[in-house]
Amino acid sequence: MAAHHHHHNPALLHHFATEQQQRDSASFGMWIFLATEVMFFGGLFCAYLIYRHWYFGDFAAASTSINAKLGGANTAVLICSSLTVVLAIWAAQTLRRSLMLLMLVLTMLFGAAFLGIKGIEYADKFHEHHVPGASFNFDHEEIPNHPGQYAEPRHAEIFFALYFIMTGLHALHMIIGLGIFSWLFWAAWKGRFTPEYHTPLEIGGLYWHFVDIVWIYLFPLLYLIDRHK
Amino acid sequence: MATPISPNVERENYLNKHYGVGSWLLTTDHKRIALLYLLSITFFFFIGGFFALLIRLELLTPASDLVQADTYNKLFTQHGQVMVFFFLIPSIPAVLGNFLIPLMVGAKDLAFPKINLLSWYLYIIGGVMMIHCMLTGGVDSGWTFYVPLSTSFLNTKVVEAGLAIFVTGFSSILTGLNFIVTIHRMRAPGMTWMRLPLFVWAHYATSIIQILGTPVIAITLVLVVAERSLHLGIFDPKLGGDPLLFQHLFWFYSHPAVYIMILPSMGVVTEIIACFSRKRIFGYSFVAMSSIAIAVFGFLVWAHHMFVAGISVYAALIFSLLSYAVAVPSAVKVFNWTATLYKGSIHYDAPMLYAFGFLGLFTIGGLTGLFLSALGVDMHVHDTYFVIAHFHYIMVGGALMGYLGGMHFWWPKISGKLYPEGWARLAALIVFIGFNLTFFPQFILGYLGMPRRYPDYSHMPEFQILNVFSTAGATVLGVGYLLPMIYFLWSMRYGSPAPDNPWNAAGLEWQTQSPPTTFNFDEEPVVTWEAYNYDEIDKGQKEVPQVVG
Repeated sequence: MAAHHHHHNPALLHHFATEQQQRDSASFGMWIFLATEVMFFGGLFCAYLIYRHWYFGDFAAASTSINAKLGGANTAVLICSSLTVVLAIWAAQTLRRSLMLLMLVLTMLFGAAFLGIKGIEYADKFHEHHVPGASFNFDHEEIPNHPGQYAEPRHAEIFFALYFIMTGLHALHMIIGLGIFSWLFWAAWKGRFTPEYHTPLEIGGLYWHFVDIVWIYLFPLLYLIDRHK
Repeated sequence: MATPISPNVERENYLNKHYGVGSWLLTTDHKRIALLYLLSITFFFFIGGFFALLIRLELLTPASDLVQADTYNKLFTQHGQVMVFFFLIPSIPAVLGNFLIPLMVGAKDLAFPKINLLSWYLYIIGGVMMIHCMLTGGVDSGWTFYVPLSTSFLNTKVVEAGLAIFVTGFSSILTGLNFIVTIHRMRAPGMTWMRLPLFVWAHYATSIIQILGTPVIAITLVLVVAERSLHLGIFDPKLGGDPLLFQHLFWFYSHPAVYIMILPSMGVVTEIIACFSRKRIFGYSFVAMSSIAIAVFGFLVWAHHMFVAGISVYAALIFSLLSYAVAVPSAVKVFNWTATLYKGSIHYDAPMLYAFGFLGLFTIGGLTGLFLSALGVDMHVHDTYFVIAHFHYIMVGGALMGYLGGMHFWWPKISGKLYPEGWARLAALIVFIGFNLTFFPQFILGYLGMPRRYPDYSHMPEFQILNVFSTAGATVLGVGYLLPMIYFLWSMRYGSPAPDNPWNAAGLEWQTQSPPTTFNFDEEPVVTWEAYNYDEIDKGQKEVPQVVG
């Protein structure tokens, strides 16, 4: 066994020389992972932008059929959750244990609320036959600001395919985020985090903020293409 | 090969510290994980090689007699998928990079040992899915999954193959992530960026491609699977989709993927050339930066795979120009290696023979790549055996030669045993001859117009003689690959114990014992010297390492 450094923090792993090195590695690793995530979603955004450019009217019609109020509410919910994440980290840094636990719970509640609202939206789309597949129907849907012009259902179907894949992948990331935050809550409850050591909170927070930012782009691109009321 | 030291088999090291299956399957030691990868990728190499053998046997005669077209389609598809995703991409990074990067930067392990193990398990899960796919009927879309063929027309296991590659991709991403963080954060005191071995620089550049390119093919495969399963129209022109979009997304990863294969090999060759010509690498910073330049330019050339697919002529012109540009940093490397050899004290040990093989074959592969970057020539030889020969010179002549050279160079460190040098030189020679006999005729075949992916060329019987050469070469090549496997295994039991630094090489990995202990170094090393200080090493020693046959 290699020489052990004298330390009291059981969280310092054997292969790191200092706590600083371990902290820097963990948060740098998360940033690199987020770069991967940007490219992962980037492929979808690229496909979206091309078809939106090609089939703008059809996309606008399909976009207008989604409930923007629910999407807007979800945007507010996620922005609030980002605030509670920041407050949880601040509470950990300033030794406010109950505030930290409260903020972690609130973050998870906001996350769950987001998924619940998303579920309502999906159910609406299902009832309206806007889910791509055999029962898809988008006949006689007017293109916004072009009275008498109807959207081509095939092209609207591409919009909905991208809508479900993009928001679905985002929701999957939210579910994973809820898992991460459940673990963070458990670790916080056990007293693992101190003002000196709360790296998991920080990198969990980075992940959560990233997933929020993806939504910040998804909301206008999917819900507000050409909406005037 | 240097003379063996007195055996000291009882020294504790990463191999004998723990025993039992559990100590391997749950290990977080980067060196043990490297060996897990070595076993797994060797397995897939022989599966991919078996498919290649059947392809070459089929092409021995003009008629489609050994297998029918349907089977042939599966053979070349799965040869490609297995060799690219399950052998070449993980080969040097996951085996040699995993083993060596912590040693080279003076760290006890990679930054994230558990994620390293997770990446191997993801590889295995993807691998099992791929094998399941092959055993239950296989896939015949070509390794490229081109739409709408793969999404609307085939009734083979496209979804399974796509998901297998999706999962394995995350193994590659996690390896790259681990390397980048390790290289940034885990360097020993004094190990500055400009003192890093160029093997590490090469892996840094590779990792950038892994983390930025792989997610794009991952999402592309998600779209293919979704389109095929749910009959969406994202790529299907009948439903308003764009098949060219698929090709753009696919090649955005799959062209840089070639650099995932070749950059680590360039890193290996740099180490070998410096050691066996006993010289500082000529133009260290140029070789380091050319790796980064290849990674960056490599992301900007993908559409040269699509010159005949219907992209605009202006786009084609720009991609043609950029494809020429990516040859510049590659040429910088070749010239710097050559300048390193100049007036060097050259030793012809087996690793160096592979490095020489790499130099020649990579240069041919690279220059024929320039033929293909030229719009006019590409129209003529697109989808012919010329392209096959070109990329096999890069992937096999380049990447695989580097891998074998590296396996020989570091085998004493990995296993603690010396391999039989005479056999190794013979194997290197056999590989070189077999390779050229296999693939050089394919340049001519392609130029004469033999298309890829056809089992039957009976309307052109004059192609047979070159195909016979190629198949004969493949047989020789097969022998050349089997030999190292046999004598490496042999050496584990019967080889002489290796000294800590059998090549008298520079680099921190040679300063620790062979095989290293679990945490690599007894004390954290402090680096006060440049990489490749061979002039100092040889000045300080009376004995220059002996070259014994």
